[in-house]
Amino acid sequence: MSEANNNVRLVMDQLPGDDIQGRSPLHHADLATVAAQGSQEGGVTIQHHPLVGLLTLRCNAGDADQMAAASKLLGVELHCQPLTSSAGEGVAVRWMSPDEWLISVDGAKAFDLETAFHNDMPGHYALVNVGGGLTVLEVSGEHAVDVMMKTAPVDFHLNTFPVGKVVSTVFAKSSATIRRLADDRFELVIRRSFADYLWLWLQDASREYGLVVRT
Amino acid sequence: MLHIFCPHCAEYREEEEFHAKGQAHIPRPLDPEALSDKEWGEYLYFRKNPRGIHHELWVHAAGCRKFFNMTRDTVTYEIHETYKIGEKPTVTAQS
Repeated sequence: MSEANNNVRLVMDQLPGDDIQGRSPLHHADLATVAAQGSQEGGVTIQHHPLVGLLTLRCNAGDADQMAAASKLLGVELHCQPLTSSAGEGVAVRWMSPDEWLISVDGAKAFDLETAFHNDMPGHYALVNVGGGLTVLEVSGEHAVDVMMKTAPVDFHLNTFPVGKVVSTVFAKSSATIRRLADDRFELVIRRSFADYLWLWLQDASREYGLVVRT
Repeated sequence: MLHIFCPHCAEYREEEEFHAKGQAHIPRPLDPEALSDKEWGEYLYFRKNPRGIHHELWVHAAGCRKFFNMTRDTVTYEIHETYKIGEKPTVTAQS
């Protein structure tokens, strides 16, 4: 290969610049106004986390060197155990499939992590920024589990769905990756194109318990 | 509604998370050029439709998105086992 090819940047920063403001897929819903004017007490609280940095990592779970390097770069351990997650300071890693993990970091730090992987990760792997295609919602409160039970065909009892467990499943007529953050707190990673539909669905499903929107 | 054990997620999930992908264990011919049109046509289009034990390919479409095999009874709908691609079924029509 020619020398010029050595200078090709294989990692690209997907954030356009500080002067260009990013907009979440629920920008139009104006959740700040809904939060300020809506009910302040209720059984279900929904919070939108806009513009989180989401990265899909695919590598070989059987390669101990790769797993160790990835865990070191992430600062949390990369688990091979199905349906698990690990979370640390500003980073969370979800098991998606035997060779795939979904990493979330602060939106502004995704490029740094991509660069660090590009420099130090051994072997054959892929790390792709999927933040543009997904968005994150958090459902919490006394009746959060009731809303989840209405929406997804998964057993949400604490015995079978403990804190830290991750499942990807059908969610209403769309799909979601659900992580249990606490007994009554769930994180949903959903498709950005379904964000409006799922927001309306959750709003409707929460109505009977009293819905609180937080920003 | 079938209750299906995904061998990759290692737990039972509802059928709506899965898609059936037809008959399993169909190896692609190693030398397609050497096949007659009849043999190639049979590889491409002709599938078994047994009454009883059937080995099928399924995909956990809404979950881990991995393919796996299933031994299912087409009469009773009973699922005898699910196993990963590359593994051999323990329940067969002969056994």
